Amino acid sequence: MNIDLTRRGFLRLAGAGVAATSLGAMGFGEAEAAEAAHVRAFKLTTTTETRNTCTYCSVACGIIMYSKGDVKAGEIAEIMHIEGDADHPTNRGTLCPKGAALKDFVKAPTRLTRPRYRAAGATEFQDVTWDEALDKIARAMKDDRDANLVQVNEAGVPVNRWTTTGFLAASATTNETAWLTYKAVRSLGIVGFDNQARV
Amino acid sequence: MTNAWTDIKNTDLVIVMGGNAAEAHPCGFKWVTEAKATRGAKLIVVDPRYTRTASVSDYYAPIRPGSDIAFLMGVIRWCIENDKVQWEYVRNFTNAALLVKDGFGWSDGLFSGYDEEKRDYDKADWDYQIGDDGYAKLDMTLQDPRCVWNLLKAHVDVYTPEFVENVCGTPKDRYLQICEMIGECSAPDRVMTSMYALGWTQHSKGAQNIRGMAMLQLILGNIGMRGGGMNALRGHSNIQGLTDLGLMSNLIPGYLNIPTEREPDWQTYMSTREFKPLRPGQTSYWQNYSKFMVSFMKAMWGDAATAENDWAYHYLPKLDVPTYDVLRMFELMKQGQVNLYFCQGFNPLMAFPNRAKLTEALSKLKLLVVMDPLETETAHFWENHGQYNDVDSASIQTEVLELPTTCFAEDEGALVNSGRWLQWHWPGGSPPGEAKNDTWIMANLFQKLRKLYQDEGGVFPEPILNLSWNYADPLDPKPEELAKEMNGRALRDIEDPANPGTTLVAAGKQVKNFTQLQDDGSTMCGCWIFSGCWNEDGNNMARRDNSDPGDAGMFLNWSYSWPVNRRILYNRASADMQGKPWDPDRKLIEWTGEKWEGYDVPDIGVTSKPGEVMPFIMNQEGTSRLFTRGMMRDGPFPTHMEPFESPIANVLNPKMRGNPVSRVFVDDAEQFATSEEFPFVATSYRLTEHFHYWTKHNKVNASLQPEFFVEISQELAAEKGITGGSRVRVWGKRGQVWAKAVVTKRIKPMQCDGKTVHVVGIPLHWGFMGAAKKGWGPNSLTPFVGDANVETPEFKAFLVNIEPAAEEPVA
Repeated sequence: MNIDLTRRGFLRLAGAGVAATSLGAMGFGEAEAAEAAHVRAFKLTTTTETRNTCTYCSVACGIIMYSKGDVKAGEIAEIMHIEGDADHPTNRGTLCPKGAALKDFVKAPTRLTRPRYRAAGATEFQDVTWDEALDKIARAMKDDRDANLVQVNEAGVPVNRWTTTGFLAASATTNETAWLTYKAVRSLGIVGFDNQARV
Repeated sequence: MTNAWTDIKNTDLVIVMGGNAAEAHPCGFKWVTEAKATRGAKLIVVDPRYTRTASVSDYYAPIRPGSDIAFLMGVIRWCIENDKVQWEYVRNFTNAALLVKDGFGWSDGLFSGYDEEKRDYDKADWDYQIGDDGYAKLDMTLQDPRCVWNLLKAHVDVYTPEFVENVCGTPKDRYLQICEMIGECSAPDRVMTSMYALGWTQHSKGAQNIRGMAMLQLILGNIGMRGGGMNALRGHSNIQGLTDLGLMSNLIPGYLNIPTEREPDWQTYMSTREFKPLRPGQTSYWQNYSKFMVSFMKAMWGDAATAENDWAYHYLPKLDVPTYDVLRMFELMKQGQVNLYFCQGFNPLMAFPNRAKLTEALSKLKLLVVMDPLETETAHFWENHGQYNDVDSASIQTEVLELPTTCFAEDEGALVNSGRWLQWHWPGGSPPGEAKNDTWIMANLFQKLRKLYQDEGGVFPEPILNLSWNYADPLDPKPEELAKEMNGRALRDIEDPANPGTTLVAAGKQVKNFTQLQDDGSTMCGCWIFSGCWNEDGNNMARRDNSDPGDAGMFLNWSYSWPVNRRILYNRASADMQGKPWDPDRKLIEWTGEKWEGYDVPDIGVTSKPGEVMPFIMNQEGTSRLFTRGMMRDGPFPTHMEPFESPIANVLNPKMRGNPVSRVFVDDAEQFATSEEFPFVATSYRLTEHFHYWTKHNKVNASLQPEFFVEISQELAAEKGITGGSRVRVWGKRGQVWAKAVVTKRIKPMQCDGKTVHVVGIPLHWGFMGAAKKGWGPNSLTPFVGDANVETPEFKAFLVNIEPAAEEPVA
């Protein structure tokens, strides 16, 4: 489970406790205050830690993501740092040159931020709303399926096969996305259905 | 993978052939380093290039791209000739002793039953002799000339060391040294592991490459062993999960099949699937097919799937061809027979062969829908990027919708790693802008479409209207709800067969695992092999106890592994006929006299007596298969086939081109090159700094490997007047690219069948979108043809030419 008191959180609390007590006992209270005044605060101390796995290859290295804000608490959260999870049995905290730069993938300037539409013959995309985009797709699917679903073959066997629309699924999505995608795509009769495992 | 990443530490010998793990799977490859450091394991690399994996190997040998079967059959021949065989394993745990029909044979590189017209085999004779008792005949002495072992011996006889050297270009002394090293692992206490990836799959006979190594591993007794196995190093983070869940043209979750139109009803469909054992007393676990299939249909269509309507059998599409795979879909698209196409986190314009054909095909769609976290080349295929994507936007009538999705950091759910571990992850960041989870997008789209069918009616609306959709918020199903559907639950009280009158699972409760599934409609389960992942114990995929009893590398309490949390498939085969581990230091499970127990979940009934029930419980024989009967289109044994574009003719049959049963579309056949026009062999590969076409969007990785290059030998550079760092043009029958030349000692010319063969290495990470300098992928050059069994494109062996090119003007 994603335990509430994380390893780093524990060290932070324990470390602060030891420093305060021992320095205080030795009469260094003022020295500590002076030191704290000019040392920059550790940036990750105020962040939320979340366990995840690397999105690239299927070694599936464990990672810890540090964010400002807590998604679980319903806050807007921004990822500040990503590092390897030392508790993970496979990677034991290590990451490769791709995994080590994961934060820059999350924050890539070419991340998509809104639905866009390109008209026939156009040279540019234009912004559309989610509703406009999904309405257009649903309408196109229904019209194409109603026109082209093969209900029976020449021998009269029900085949309910829709070949004029195809769907490529993503092998970096979760099982849960994949299952919901499977249900929707198969219920329509789509057979041109694949994922990267085909490559 | 049959085994797990963490298990590689238990090996004595690693062979990396058909992959480059140090480069493409660096943190998994760490376990090879661990085995080398802690138990003195050795690493062999066989590859056309001296790769980053080769650079830390103990022994390296070059091989010509596309000649792996000859090499592997040669090793099997050497092992048999030199008695490097794990005899007790082969005799009992493989089908070596089973007798094959008299009609099966081969000549001229072809098996019996070939029909050139159909490009297919009649496979009726590729099967066992069946006795009067209904079981396969066998000869445990292995003397009968028709037993699998003797047929195998005869089949591999042609693959002499001289044959291997001549076809593969591997120097004979290097090849024989590798045979010696591999042969040592036939001892019961010596184990080899095979690590491979797309270097084996991306061939027109990719599945047979892998068969070749699987057979060798069986002969050495290395399947089911700690530190052994066949380990496919999968690519994307959840490519294993999407394969398991059957998001492929012809699959249903858990490796069940979409029906064909030759199966007009449920009874016909089921009659060819519930395999009866071929030897007395064997498990033949697929006898449970109907339980998995009915539970799947109930997960899909709930109360609308009943015994009376054959569980809504006709809601499923029926195939008229083996698959509508991506190659077929793009061929149909090019013919104007596809109107709508969806790309959910998939960039086919860079991922499939013959980019010119792909662009032409996409230009004929009415509507293309792309869902992705990033701006992909596919979504922008209509946009002119000069020489990098030289299209006339105005003439392309395809409408495009580009939908922003979340990425891993903003999403919750499970991914299945290469070792079959289902690992749960949590979101830590908010989506950028209006980006949405894929589940939200699919749910909203489906609900809009369903509403149109409700309001307007339409053609065959029942499977859409009746699709089970029991989510608290129908527009935003939660990962927990979906995971629980995949696990499965009881729809009414299920009686315990062991204690009649008592309840095994109460209505509404999650099933413990797939052993509780029923075929009477009383259970539902989306994916039987995942069952157990989220049962009444909770989310087992989120478990994080990293303890490892016995230091065995199993980590049974970390995440959840399919099936039933088993970490090493076929682990019953790690013990002998009496149930004692072949190697006490590598114990996985053992027979106590009453039951099986040990470090892993036994891959056999826990009270199934050794000697009675054989280890390969999924197979009708109870054994593994050195001879695959009629299950593969291109032969029950792997036989040497050249790539479709090859520098030399097939020495077994000079008239044979490529794989004789691969599907080839007419236009593509006309675009196959000959070595007279295009003399050099090209092969594609990945770099450790990049992941496919994603990381070029990321400035760190774009800086680490900023520019498209090709790799050639010093000899080829000298022959063509190319200097390192200069610009070259590489072209083939289907397209051309320009790149920086890396002139290297890592690639050397090879001698094959009297010819000097040069190899051009082409990495695959550049395109026309993102932060890196623009470039091309190898798919501008590669042939549009796939593996005969699974249609994976032949990216790893094709023909090109190369010449110096003028430098680009400095901007």
